[in-house]
Order: sequence, then C-alpha cells, then structure tokens
Amino acid sequence: MSAATIVSLPDQSTARIPKMNFLTKENGLLSWLLTGDHKRIATLYLISITFFFFIGGALAGLIRLELLTPQTSLMAADTYNKVFTMHGVIMVFLFLVPSVPATIGNFMIPMMVGAKDLALPKVNLLSWYLYIIAGCMVIYTMAAGGVDTGWTFTTPLSTHYLNTHVISTGLAIFVAGFSSIFTGLNFIVTIHKMRCPGMTWFRLPLFVWANYAASILMVLGTPVLAITLVLVVLERTVHIGVFDPAYGGDPILFQHLFWFYSHPAVYIMILPGMGVISEVVSTFSRKRVFGYTAVAFSSVAIAVFGFFVWAHHMFIMGISNYAALVFSLLTMLVAVPSAIKIFNWAFTLYKGSITFETPMLYAFGFMGLFTIGGMTGVFLGSTGTDIHLTETYFIVAHFHFVMVGGMLMAFLSGIHFWWPKWTGRMYPEKISQFAAVVTFIGFNFTFFPQFILGTLGMPRRYAAYPPEFQALNVFSTAGATILGVGYLLPILYLTWSLKYGEVAGNNPWQATGLEWQTQSPPLTENFPEIPIMDHEAYDYEWLERQQEKEVASVG
Amino acid sequence: MSDSTAISNSAAADVGHSHHGEHPPYQRHHFETVEQQADTTNFAMWLFLLTEVMFFGGLFTAYMIMRNWYYPAFVEASHQLNIGWGSANTAVLILSSFTMAMGVWSAEMRKKGMLVLFLSLTFILGLAFLGIKSIEYHEKWVKHHVPGLHWSDASFLNPASDPEVHKDYPGDKPLQSDMAEKTQMYFFLYFAMTGMHALHMIIGISILGFMIVRARAGAYTTGHVNYVENFGLYWHFVDIIWIFLFPLLYLISRH
Amino acid sequence: MDHISPVLWQFLVKWLTHFALFPPEASKIAPEMDALYFFMALVSLVGLTLVVLLIVSFSILYNKTRHPRAVQIEGSTILEATWTIIPLGLFLIMFVWGALLYFRIYTPPANAMNIYIVGKQWMWKAEHPGGQHEINDLHVPMGRPIQLTLISQDVFHSFSIPAFRVKREAIPGRYTTVWFEATTPGTYHLFCTQYCGTNHSQMIGEVTVMTPDDFKKWLEGSTSGNSLAQDGERLFSSLSCSSCHNTRPDARGPSLANVYGSRLTLSTGETITVDEAFLRQAILNPSQHTTQGYAPIMPTYQGQVSEEGVIALVEYIKNLDSDYRVQQTLNTTDFVPEGQTGKAPTASQKPAAQKEVKP
Repeated sequence: MSAATIVSLPDQSTARIPKMNFLTKENGLLSWLLTGDHKRIATLYLISITFFFFIGGALAGLIRLELLTPQTSLMAADTYNKVFTMHGVIMVFLFLVPSVPATIGNFMIPMMVGAKDLALPKVNLLSWYLYIIAGCMVIYTMAAGGVDTGWTFTTPLSTHYLNTHVISTGLAIFVAGFSSIFTGLNFIVTIHKMRCPGMTWFRLPLFVWANYAASILMVLGTPVLAITLVLVVLERTVHIGVFDPAYGGDPILFQHLFWFYSHPAVYIMILPGMGVISEVVSTFSRKRVFGYTAVAFSSVAIAVFGFFVWAHHMFIMGISNYAALVFSLLTMLVAVPSAIKIFNWAFTLYKGSITFETPMLYAFGFMGLFTIGGMTGVFLGSTGTDIHLTETYFIVAHFHFVMVGGMLMAFLSGIHFWWPKWTGRMYPEKISQFAAVVTFIGFNFTFFPQFILGTLGMPRRYAAYPPEFQALNVFSTAGATILGVGYLLPILYLTWSLKYGEVAGNNPWQATGLEWQTQSPPLTENFPEIPIMDHEAYDYEWLERQQEKEVASVG
Repeated sequence: MSDSTAISNSAAADVGHSHHGEHPPYQRHHFETVEQQADTTNFAMWLFLLTEVMFFGGLFTAYMIMRNWYYPAFVEASHQLNIGWGSANTAVLILSSFTMAMGVWSAEMRKKGMLVLFLSLTFILGLAFLGIKSIEYHEKWVKHHVPGLHWSDASFLNPASDPEVHKDYPGDKPLQSDMAEKTQMYFFLYFAMTGMHALHMIIGISILGFMIVRARAGAYTTGHVNYVENFGLYWHFVDIIWIFLFPLLYLISRH
Repeated sequence: MDHISPVLWQFLVKWLTHFALFPPEASKIAPEMDALYFFMALVSLVGLTLVVLLIVSFSILYNKTRHPRAVQIEGSTILEATWTIIPLGLFLIMFVWGALLYFRIYTPPANAMNIYIVGKQWMWKAEHPGGQHEINDLHVPMGRPIQLTLISQDVFHSFSIPAFRVKREAIPGRYTTVWFEATTPGTYHLFCTQYCGTNHSQMIGEVTVMTPDDFKKWLEGSTSGNSLAQDGERLFSSLSCSSCHNTRPDARGPSLANVYGSRLTLSTGETITVDEAFLRQAILNPSQHTTQGYAPIMPTYQGQVSEEGVIALVEYIKNLDSDYRVQQTLNTTDFVPEGQTGKAPTASQKPAAQKEVKP
C-alpha cells in the first residue's frame, strides 16, 4: 500500500517555489487587509476560522470534562449552559457555515471555473470583515459574561427569562449571516457569469456544483434568520413582540422562522463537504465520478428539498399531526439524494486505481461516518421514533456525526488535498495519515456512546445527569481526548510544512481540475492566460495526453 | 481599486491579450469585457434583492399571521395611522423613484449636470420621506402608541377618548381589554416593518450622498453607468417594499 | 488500589454496577416503538456494512499496485436507479410505520384518565382530578390509559419519560397532550428535555407506576381535601364568573352546563368543539371566543389566574354536566324552560342555536 502512490513531486534538488505568486505579490499587513484577491481572502478566512475552531473546541473539551461525573463538579450549571451555548454559536456560525465555502470554496471556485477572481472581490473582502466583526462581537460576549440561551435562541426563554448577553450574540449572528449571504451571492454570480470558454455547466467539477447548491441556501435562507434575530432583539429591548405568548404572540412562529434557516443551514454546512469528497475520491481512484449528473443533481435536489423540511424540528412541539406527517415525508425524500451520493462515491472506486494518501483516508472516514449520521437522521425524521429520541443525546450524536464526522472530515480532507496548491509545499505524509486515523478512532469513541445515551433517554444540555449514564459519558470524554489530539496534529505539521515541506510542484496528485494546471501557489491572476476548457471534468486520459505533450516538448 | 491598478505592473498583463492596454479605467481586471462586468454586477444586484425579499418576507409572514388572529385589533389600530402622511410619503417615494430613473438616464446620456441634479433630488426626496416618517413616529409617541416603551390602550378601550380618530371612524367600537392589548402587536409590527424600511432608506441615502460627490467629479458619465444603474435597482426595490407596506398598514382596514 | 485515580476508580465501580444499555420498556407503546427502532437499526447496520464492504473490497481489488490503470466508467442508470429506489422504499416504510406510532401517541383515547401537568422554571407540577398535587413526581396506575394535558407557565419545557417512550413539549399559552398506558410497576425517570434555563438539569423527577390497588391507596392518602373541580368551583364564585354564567333568563353569559364537548357557534361565525384549549382561551382571551348571541363584555382573566387556577376552572366546567349542579352552585331557584329567551341557551337548546347560524 505504501509503495503505490500517485504523488509525483518535482526534483527536490532543483525545485523552487515560484518567486511570483499570490503570497509574495505584495507585502505588508495592508496588502492583506485591503486585498481583493480571493486566494488571500481565503487565507484570511482559513486563519480566522481555525482560530474560532480551537476556541469552540476548547469549550467542547470543557463540556466533556464536566460530563465526566454525574454531578456539577467542574462548573456550576449556569456556567455549563454558557459553555455549551458558546460552543454551539461558535461552531455553527463561525466555523461550520463558513468552513469549506469561505476557505476552500473561496480559493478554488474561481480557479475551477477558470476565472481570475470571484465576480465581486470587494464584496468578498467585505464578507470577511463582517465575519471578523461577528467574531469580535462573540468574543466580547464571552468576555462580558457569556450567553446561555443555547444556539437555538428558543423564545420566550431568550427574550424574557434570561439576563445574559443575548443581544450582542444575536447581532453577531446577524452580522455573520450577512457575511455568509455575500459569500453565497458571490459564488452564484461567479459560477453563472465567470466561467472560462468551454466551461459548460456539465463540465464543472462537482465541488462547484455542491457549492452552488449551498449558495442558493445561503442566499435564500440566511435573511430569514437575520430578520428573526432582529425580532428577538427588538422583543428583548421593548419587552413585547410577536414571539411573546403573554401578549398574544406565538413562540412557535419563532421556531418556524428559526428552523426555516437553521435546517437548510445544515445543508449549507454539509453540501460543500460533499463537494470535497467528490474531488478527492475521483482523484485518488483515477476515475471520473460515477454518475456525474446524478451527483450534481442530487446536490441541487438536497438544496431544494432542504427548504421544505424545517418543521421536523418541531414534531413534539404541538404542530398539527398532519403537518408532522407532511414534513416527515419530505424529510424521508431529502435523505435519498444523500444515499445516492454515498453509493456513487463507493462505485467511483470500482475498477479504479486507488491510492491511500491522507485526503483519501479522510474521505473514507467521511463516507463511513456520514452514512451513520445520515441513517440516524432517518430515526429522527420518522415521526414515531422522533418522539423518543429527539432532545436527547441521540440527536447530539446524530448531528455531530453529520457535522463533525461528515463536515469536519471533509474539511480536513479538502485542506490536505489542496494544501500543496495553496502553499506550494507538501506536508509529511506518514504523520498526516496517522492523524487521519486518530481522528477517526477518537471520533467514534466520543460520539458513538452518545447514541446509546440518547436511546436511554439522557437529555441534551444537562450539566448533571443520573449516575447510571456515567460509564458511557466517561467513554465519550476519553474519546474526546483522542479526538483533540487528532485535531492538534494537523495544525502542527501543516505549520511545519510551510517552511520545511517538500516543494509540491503544479500537480502533485495528478488531478484534473483547472486549479491543478497552474503553478502552486498560483499567481494573483490564477492563470497566465485564461484557460480554455476542452474536455470533460475528471478526464484523466486528457491529463495523460497533456503530460505526454509536455514530456515531448521538453525532450 | 488597488487591484485594477495592480494589473499594469503584473507580469501576466504583458502576456497575450492584446486588449489589455485598451481597458477603460472602470473595468475591473478580472473581467474580460465591460459587458461581462455590467452583466455580472447586475445579476448580483438582483440576487441581493432576492435576499432582501426573504428578509422582509419574515416580517410579512408575522404580520399576516397576527392580523389573521387579532383582526379587530389590527383594524382599529390601523385607523390610528395618518393616511394623509402615508399618501404623501408614497407620493414622495414614487417621485424619488422617477428622479432616480432620470438619474440613470442622465448617466447613460453622459450628462453630468443632470445626473448631479437628479441624484440630489432623489437625495432630498429620500430625506423628505424620513422627515415625514419621523413626524408620524412622533405622533405615535405622543399618543402613547409605542409598544413596550410608551404605551396606553386608551384609544382602543374607549375610542371616543380619541376624538380626532373617532371623527373619521365613528364605527369603531370599544375593544374588550384582551383585544385592545393586541393592538400592541400591530404597533410592534408597524415599527418593525417601517423601521426596517427606514433603515434601508438611510443606507440608500448615505450611498446617494457618496454618489453625488463622485458624480460631481464626473465618475459616472464616462460610460460607466453600472454603479448608478445597480443603485437604481436598490432604490426602486426599497420603493416597492413601501408600496407593499402602505396598503398593508394604512389602507387595508379602511373599508 | 490507592494508585488508581479517583475518577478511574469511580468509573470502574460504576461500570460494574450501573451500566445501562437500553431503557426499560414500561408502557404499551414501548415495545412497538422499539420494534421500529430495531428495524431501523438493522437497516442502518446493513446499509453501513454494505458501504464499508464496497469501500474495503474495492480498495483491495483496485488499489494501485494490483490495478495500475483505472477503467473509466461513466455511470450506470440501472445501478443508480437501484440505489435510489431501494433506500426510498425503505425510508417510506419507516415513514409510514413512524407516522402510525406518532398518531397513536398523540391521539389520546376517549376513556383516558386526565392528569394536568404544569411546567415552570424548574419544576413539574402534576394535578390529579381528585385534587392530589405532586411536584417533580407523577403517580399513575398501570393498565389504564393516562392522558397528560401539559402547559408551561413560562418557557418551553418538555416532559419526557424514556421508559414509556413518550415525550411532549409543554408550551406557554397552549395545551398539548400525550398519553400512555403503563405496564410495569416501578419508578422511572422523568426529564425536562427542552433547555429551559439555568437549572434545566434539575428539572427531573420520578414517575411511579403502581398497581390499581396501590394507586387507590395513594390517591386516598394524598388527597388535599378538595377535588380539582371543587377548587375550580371556588374560583368560579370568587372571580364572580357566576354573576354572568348562570341560567337566569337575564343572564349576560351563556350557561356552561354540558358545554364541554359540545359544538358551539362563536360570534365570528366559526363553529368549534369545546375542549380544554377552548375553555382556557375563552377565559384568557374572551373577545375572540364569544358565543354567538352574547355581547362581548367579558373581561380577560389574563394575569389574574395562574395556570393552575385556569386548570381548576377548566376542570370544574368540564364537570358541569347537569343543570342541577349549576343551580345548586348558583343558588338559583328556577330552571328556565327552553325557548323562553334566546339569550341564555342551555345545553339542550344548543342545537337550535346552531341552526340560526348563517353559513
């Protein structure tokens, strides 16, 4: 297994990082803070979301430590509530939503469609500033004493019954929402209008399709969250509002509006991750993705259906039984495209020529964990079992399998896949493969016991719990430690590789995307001249012919 | 702007493309042609307006539900709004949309003086709208119709106590106390909806001010109408939101 | 053993003594829900095994050393249709099966014994019809359908009994219901599962399932002296409800006898069935719930009666099933024969009143 690899690096004794690239183009802090270059903005995003990921991760560590014992031994209940709220807010709005789109998407989409930049570079920069403002507001909130509404801001709890910093958190999410709207808008416009000659819709890499679908959700869903939070903030300020049952308002209306965004948000998070997996699986099995069209359309189908399933978060909240019926049915339908994708990826391997570099290991991890996450979603989408399992650790485990086991694995897969393109250098292969395996094991140890805890009925968001749940919680906490190591390792060796990594050359993985056909790190303008797309996506034979030509011309 | 100047000293600029030297100054480096640029930014603006539709959509949904539930309260509360001011504001906004359209036309015709004139007129009309709106807000404050902050049910528990309105709507019956309380919901939505609209106006007016300064320097009359055009779209959109708000809040319960 | 850390030591002890893997099944619905649960678990397991098998076997068969050249395959409509239709079919089975359970759990049978549950930060109050009050405890007899009518006094709570596999949110401003039939005596966990503020994790209690005989003894031993309806009756007169809601010919409000469960036409023209939710709304938001033919003069009792008070009133009105009872309560002497006045339709007149309604 170790012998077979597709990695082909230039001769290290002569290879150099190209002198002229987007990183070296201009120097100084201002050249970064005022940049319009999508690659630099992506780099800014990568640094900022990593920062927030580790804050959110530290909070997760505190949660797991507290749950080591049944009593509230590490922190008081109100502190615990603040910790899990901040963990949720940071991870959802400051990490997961922007993770793949704002970093990898921002960097790769213009290159994949053969453009020099995103359509609206200034809007792209604005989006990063909005993200940073939101991040600062969240940090302010934490410093000022935190907020304990849970990331779901359930009214009337959030509007009338708590005296923590709901307003600053709400506004932070409002601002972060606009950051995400602008990113999505930019992607849609770029994909529509900036494709290079020959780049038809069905020649687009599936990563672009997936981000396109996610962008639709961002553009149409996020404003509803924004206005909902405005109403919450108003209600908190004037002590009356449309969600206040004391004055004839309806807290269920809040649930509808909130989940109208927050369910599609799950697809905003996972779809770009699926895009990464399509790229990686294809590259490391040297094969066109099995059923390209089906995978492309399943992304769009998920986006469309994703808008009509929100009330499955409210099955036990007293919505009418018939409404529950309809939303349950639609939820079942949205599960199908995900199943299609899993099988299409699996069959992409069929008769391929597979190698097991780090991105591929993460992708395998994704496929396994996402299958579990998706299937347990069906447990919750089916109205009957939802009654027992919702609001317990089962749901916590389910969305962590999808969001962490799925999305984060995909994010790491993507980062490892495009790292050579981004920085021009390779990371050490052995240790990164080790990190991928550690992450996978740690993840299962952490979250699988939580399915059992949920089935037993242990409620989520509990600072203290009955003692018979302890054994499984100890397992989970032990797993979290392993998982923590799995996440720290990449930070170390990726940073190390910035200086000491081997020079990667243009196309270390022999991948077909346009982004690989130019130097690493790319020029500010991406390509010396606008490429012309004269082949289908994932056409490995085209790549071989291309390489033969090069060899011939050099010879 | 920094990246459009960056093109000249970029190595890539010297390669191939013969049309590089002929770029008009307003063409951003990453677009191939001016048409592509215009097309793209135009599309982006439409998409942005779509998100705005969803943004206001949440408010409209809340309004529809609450109105349906508390119909009598919504009817009587809406009688408190001054249709005179409302109509005046509608006229002001429609007129401002006209001056904005004329502004776009002037930019296309490359008439700098007219562009500045029409943009300034739009600016003034926008301010006039906000002025009238603040008169209305003040009226609500005086009459204790600001929910949560300055509130009294008196006008609805006993319409006769409010002779001004009662004169126009003699048919208004006293509401029961529980229903009178629900008029707060109407005013909450009134302030939320018109407030959000006013916020959009304020943002629009600020951009207009910036544009007037740049238009005086001749920025939009050299063939680069894109910016003015897209701003025009935004301005018309804000206008259209009002065209929905006005009947929903002022007119619908007039019989 | 001193060198083992306390946490690890505690863990080892707990591991040996308390290690639950599956919750007890203590209600009639529990085994049925578990059947669906295990069906889904089986399908998931098969699905997961299939995916893992595919990945592992392809990885072995087609790794680069063994299979150095990939064979390009566009796709296969038949295969893709297979893995679209089979999951769809399975999901639809789970959907129908789940929906059948859902409708059962949330549709209480007519003969169920009703217990009111009020949630507030951070406790559960149970109100039995016999006037027994419990806090963070619920005693129920086995072998008898029990309906819970839930409401919250402040924020969202959620009443969860894992051993019964039922759960329902308690929502401010409206009643929700759920029912179960306990099968095995014992005590079971009761959790609040909807995050409700600081002491969310303290909002827990115990559900005790008793044999009918034990339950009877418990009821007798825990009575507060007054039934819920009697509490309601007192409130009814202390709030002066009876000054309008009586059967006198000049009564300003409709008689409430037998009103529960009847069809009623409102002044808005709407026809509704009187249930707990309607009665609650009529007390708190009377203007939208005025019976046709009556002037909208009833004041709201919002803020004057607690949720427990409203429950007592509702329970009282529900039990007003004879005119005799009304007369006794109100100390009136005559019973008004029907047709004498259109203003005070008694229960027997109600069908007539309905006919007057314009469609």
